[in-house]
Amino acid sequence: MSAANANYGLAPAGLEPVVSRYFNLPDAWKIETVLKLGAYETAKKALAGKPEDVLKVVMDSGLRGCGGAGFPTGKKWSFLPKDTKKPIYLVINADEGEPGTCKDRYILERDPHSLIEGIIMSCYAIKSHKCYIYIRGEYVLPAARTQAAVDEAYAKGFLGDNVFGSGYRVDITVHRGAGAYICGEETALLNSLEGKRGLPRLKPPFPAVVGLFGCPTIINNVETIASVMHIGRMGAENFVKWGGGAIGPHLYSVSGHVAKPGVYELPMGITLRDIIYTHAGGVRGGKKIKAVIPGGMSAKILRADEIDVKMDFDSLKAAGTMLGSSGVMVMDEDVCMVKALLYACRFFAHESCGQCSPCREGTGWALKIIERIYRGEGRLEDLDTLLSVAGGMEGRTICVFAEAAAWPIQSYIAKFRSEFEDYIKSGKSAGRDMAAAHAH
Amino acid sequence: MANITIDGKQYTVKDGITIIEAIDQTKGSDVPRYCYHPGLSIAGNCRVCQVEVEKMPRTVIACNTTVAEGMVIHTQSEKAKVSQKVVLEFLLANHPLDCPVCDQAGECKLQDYYMEYGTYDPKFNENKVKKTKKAVAIGPTINLDQERCVLCSRCVRFTDEITKTHEFGIFDRGDHAKVDVYSELNNKYSGNVADICPVGALTDRDFRFKMRVWYLAKKKSVCPGCSRGCNISIETENSRPYHLKKERVMRLKPVENPDVNKWWMCDDGRYAYKSIDAGRIEKVQVRKAGKLEETTWENALAAAGQILTEAASNPGRWAFITSPQHTNEELFLQKKFFKDALKVGKTAYAWSFDHGFEDNFLIKADKNPNTAGASEIFGAAEDISKVVDAAKRGEIDGLIIFGRDLARYGADTLAVLRAKVKTILYCGVNVNAASAVADLVLPAASYAELDGTFTNFEGRVQRIRKAIEPMQDARPSWKIVQDLAAGQGMIWKNKRSEDVFAALAAESAAFKGLTYAGLEPHGKIWSGTTAGAAETASAGAR
Repeated sequence: MSAANANYGLAPAGLEPVVSRYFNLPDAWKIETVLKLGAYETAKKALAGKPEDVLKVVMDSGLRGCGGAGFPTGKKWSFLPKDTKKPIYLVINADEGEPGTCKDRYILERDPHSLIEGIIMSCYAIKSHKCYIYIRGEYVLPAARTQAAVDEAYAKGFLGDNVFGSGYRVDITVHRGAGAYICGEETALLNSLEGKRGLPRLKPPFPAVVGLFGCPTIINNVETIASVMHIGRMGAENFVKWGGGAIGPHLYSVSGHVAKPGVYELPMGITLRDIIYTHAGGVRGGKKIKAVIPGGMSAKILRADEIDVKMDFDSLKAAGTMLGSSGVMVMDEDVCMVKALLYACRFFAHESCGQCSPCREGTGWALKIIERIYRGEGRLEDLDTLLSVAGGMEGRTICVFAEAAAWPIQSYIAKFRSEFEDYIKSGKSAGRDMAAAHAH
Repeated sequence: MANITIDGKQYTVKDGITIIEAIDQTKGSDVPRYCYHPGLSIAGNCRVCQVEVEKMPRTVIACNTTVAEGMVIHTQSEKAKVSQKVVLEFLLANHPLDCPVCDQAGECKLQDYYMEYGTYDPKFNENKVKKTKKAVAIGPTINLDQERCVLCSRCVRFTDEITKTHEFGIFDRGDHAKVDVYSELNNKYSGNVADICPVGALTDRDFRFKMRVWYLAKKKSVCPGCSRGCNISIETENSRPYHLKKERVMRLKPVENPDVNKWWMCDDGRYAYKSIDAGRIEKVQVRKAGKLEETTWENALAAAGQILTEAASNPGRWAFITSPQHTNEELFLQKKFFKDALKVGKTAYAWSFDHGFEDNFLIKADKNPNTAGASEIFGAAEDISKVVDAAKRGEIDGLIIFGRDLARYGADTLAVLRAKVKTILYCGVNVNAASAVADLVLPAASYAELDGTFTNFEGRVQRIRKAIEPMQDARPSWKIVQDLAAGQGMIWKNKRSEDVFAALAAESAAFKGLTYAGLEPHGKIWSGTTAGAAETASAGAR
């Protein structure tokens, strides 16, 4: 590991990292390395006990999904039909596509056995015998490492017909996506896994009832299921109180204009200011912060004066944005907000699956307007049209992609309206992309 | 059952149905829809059927929201209307607005809904997305225009779920998504995709640019193409006789009948209408000095009177040939006159040539619409081949042929018959080899030109309706028969086809109790038996 990225998974000084504990351990993706350190012991113990015990410890921990929506994991599991005759599937959503997010990548790449151990425990808890790990197509190394880890676990008898000799069967199939952001939406992911177009499904029915191949299915994020193992290992109480917090450890991907970008494991509920200035080394070059996206591209943007917000699901929701995938993107004072929004709109227009009319047409429409503004051909009324396009998409589609596409538009304009207006009036950027804008 | 309120009116509807089904069943309100079609699975992608449901934070789509006890639904509230308008605005954003050159204009749901749900204040000021396939034939029957498409996926679902031929797919993402075909669209039901396409993306190549739809006159009828009896709309040009080489029937469209064809019809039936306007026997003709010459009905009936008087003197050496293409009414009077009164020696209506392709959906092997009616009215009858064989052996002096082309037995058949049979009387719709050799040719009205009934394979009696006037000299054949009978002193005073049906219902146990009014709206199963009666309507099972 090079010195430049040695800060991946850094936990606060004096604290034993949890989910990221092997991120900096050489060869931790190899089973021999982690077996010596006690890997699979937690799962072994869990399978010696009752499934309900695993469920209880997850419930007690209050663990919430780390993929973006923050849905309580134990509650999600409880939606499974009780006496189903169909097989129950566990699907790991490793289609980590939210811009600004790279935490799951490190689990898959550097500690895949913690995920596999979590899968064994989770399958046991929800009475599933089959798990699919759906990894985004671009994640070549993570997919290779995860597949190798699965193979090793089979060879050791930790997966297969007789896990740890307990008689319980757990099979894992690693499946690679083909590179579509929308396949991170859980029902689009299921369609993709079934070999269909990655289009989100109409709900109801929900996947817990009618999921993969028409069977009850639980879809969880990589970090969530790895956390299940760590909760089992540490006990719910120790997990929650880790680092003096009240929720537990959480991985934050910090990128943008910070001195030390990286994946940080910190107690959930730490302030955004702390993440940026205490852990990520502050803004690069001593510049001022202009804006911060707290939870991946979809999350509404925060201004510099809003960064004392606590980085947990409820506090960010109260602040009008969301924790999302915990992808923190820091923009310094030189950033042109018009260009920033252009990038966001370009991404969402490119990734809309095209199924629902409002999102299909709205994302493309918004992109054309912002492109026009960026070229210096904007009109002041364009801002209201952008807001009306965004508002029109919101809440009128099958999945929340339209919201994800609408929120940047709404928040960038609401919080930086005067900058947009100045750009339109003068045809000039307030940020350092001015030259680029004119060269465009 | 669930008690619900739609736009202030209270209804009790079945549990588990969706709001849009409740709206369609109770008929008090309406919502716009593109992707929803009652015959296809729910796609929920067009998003336009937005309704407000009290206690729900946002408007919901009516097609995928199940009714619940006490639900209060608004289709016309401010919140619902705004939602419907917003979605329609998106649907129109990249639409080419080429209505002036679009064949769908007049029956386009984008046009219709814009009138009702449009914002009338277009905000879209950008370049529209260009798509590559515009007016491109994707098979023998259908043209595709990707830019007009609203991506409702009805055509995809139709070919996936109904025909299971899977020609259509949606390709690409976002606002570049487009409908296209994997392979040529060439299946037995391809025309239906133009019917269910709510916009001008899929148009019928046969109908394209023949006329604007608002000039069409429409009459509900029954397809005569096979014994299924699919309900159809005969759509005609009645106002401009100079138009399109005097073609009057422009197209056929399926009409929903839940018990027969649901919403569909096959291409064989859909495109078989051309014989109504082409190849017709237009004039009454009589053979003079070996040549057919035009004459008047009066002269023709007088000539027929002589022929039939001659026949009556030795009816055993006369034969009557007809076909189950005729209505029950026509067949009934034919039987009453030729069989019962004239007592011809042989009567036949069946032959082997009417047996063709069959599938397990709509298309039946029997290519006649009224075999059940013919067999009920005539009882057991000989095959036409027996009559032809007897004629070839010189056992027949006279042949009365209604609508059968005997050349099907071989090209030289009619030459042989002409040499052996003294008198041939032909009554029918289209010119054929048999009409060409007849001594007297009486032009009959086609099924599109008369009222009547057909009995389908399962004994369902259904109404056909006169959509256009009989061509030139043609008359409904039951009226011709009634006149022929009158010439022989048998006076029947039926003025309308309905009167004939009443007489049939009075005489025949199978038709007992049936009336024209009673056949509405979906036909009635008679009390007779049919060969196909045991067979459940496979369309119904589908």
